[in-house]
Amino acid sequence: MSEVRRFLGDAGLVAARDLRIEFRSRVVVGQVVPFALLVLVLFGFALDADHRTLRMFASGLFWVAVLLSALLAVHRSAALELSDGTLDALRMSGLPPAALFLGKATAVFVQLMLLEVVLLGGLLVLYGVQVVDPMLLLVSGLLAGVAVAAAGTLYGALASGLGVRETLLPILLLPVLAPVLIGATRAFDDALGSVAVDGWAWTGLLAVAALIATVVGALVHGVLIED
Amino acid sequence: MAGRDETPGTTGSRGSRLLGCVALASLGVLGVLAFVLTGPDVRIHPTTGEEFGQFDAVRMLYLHVPMAILMYASFLLCAVASVGVLVKRTPWWDVMAHSTAEVGTVLCGLVLVTGSIWGRPVWNTWWEWGDVRLMTTLVLFLLFAGYLALRGTTSDPRRQERQAAVVALVAVLDIPLVNRSVEWWENRTLHQRSTLEELKIEDLTLFTLMFGFLTFGLVVWWLTLQRFRVGWLERAAIDHAVGSAIAERRSETSAVELDAAIGVSDDPAGEESP
Repeated sequence: MSEVRRFLGDAGLVAARDLRIEFRSRVVVGQVVPFALLVLVLFGFALDADHRTLRMFASGLFWVAVLLSALLAVHRSAALELSDGTLDALRMSGLPPAALFLGKATAVFVQLMLLEVVLLGGLLVLYGVQVVDPMLLLVSGLLAGVAVAAAGTLYGALASGLGVRETLLPILLLPVLAPVLIGATRAFDDALGSVAVDGWAWTGLLAVAALIATVVGALVHGVLIED
Repeated sequence: MAGRDETPGTTGSRGSRLLGCVALASLGVLGVLAFVLTGPDVRIHPTTGEEFGQFDAVRMLYLHVPMAILMYASFLLCAVASVGVLVKRTPWWDVMAHSTAEVGTVLCGLVLVTGSIWGRPVWNTWWEWGDVRLMTTLVLFLLFAGYLALRGTTSDPRRQERQAAVVALVAVLDIPLVNRSVEWWENRTLHQRSTLEELKIEDLTLFTLMFGFLTFGLVVWWLTLQRFRVGWLERAAIDHAVGSAIAERRSETSAVELDAAIGVSDDPAGEESP
């Protein structure tokens, strides 16, 4: 029991560190969130600002905006370990790699939740959508956030040592997140009442994706960060 | 036989040349079977008497289906080799993983193209977004395109082989979805269930399909063998270049200077007293 507590404590330390750095630097709040809102606005321009069209495709546009913005958040999270030999220090600290992964994924998850809340506000105000099933919206948003954060942290660690990580990370990560995009969009379609689908069934797919991404990430993170 | 330091002029051997010739001849025979000897798929409707079926488009399946099965085999071999990379950490497994992934990706691309050409007359569309098997196959192709992009980067080879192994093991998780999608999402696919399981095809059609499996098996074997040898030579060239660079630097610096640079001295008097 104490080992589990220590493991979670280690993960909490890493998450708190990443969130503290974010609180001080405000990269996500100052750059990633405005970028996500900009994407929503650009979709509005591209679809000729037609409210009916925007409402119909709001779920898909929301999740595309989340994924594009998540790339920036993941990139930022991985870049934190590259400066001042931080990763070497973490390797020497004796922290379990799985705890390091869990901590970093948790920090990215918290940032993604903030992003989703702001983007949902954007949908309500700019696209004029209405929430029909708040519980479905909440659960699917949380599960998709876990899946994106876990897969993003895994691939962020994978690409962090490469000189071409800015271009390679989207190529590696976005196909992996394709099932999450499909599942989350269908669940939001149901929650926003735009398409008649069984959103809870798609939420099940999101739960499986979140579980697989978290377990695989925790298992292989050590292999990726060893020198 | 080429010496250890000689650069071989070819990746072929007597065995692989024979294999290549047999594979090429089999491709020719398969072409004759698929496009000349077998007939088009034409059936008569029992009540209206109208002709229906896949007509000449069915010939594409003699290529499409074997390539799809061999694609699975290549990617599964890549997964096994990737586990080997993480467990054994030897170059052999890494070169095998890279070779099978590359051959599998080529096959995956060909499966998508031949499926699209077949779909135009039969489904009346080049691409069907609602088809789960098409979507999962496309995702599989993109996952391995990312794998090959990673392999194309110039990072530390030891680190890259571990990264590539992880990417491959995540990517092959899509294979069960591709393979079982026809059963799991029966109402969300235009693909038919396996006709082999229920033996709805027979005679020359069945023989041609089986011959297609054999032919593409030989082609994939030959391609993987050649790609493996090229990969092995690439590794040898990198090791040789690194070894040469180290030897060159060593020759520039005398042993005494080298010892001084790394703080080693043979003279006990030179050591600091406690």
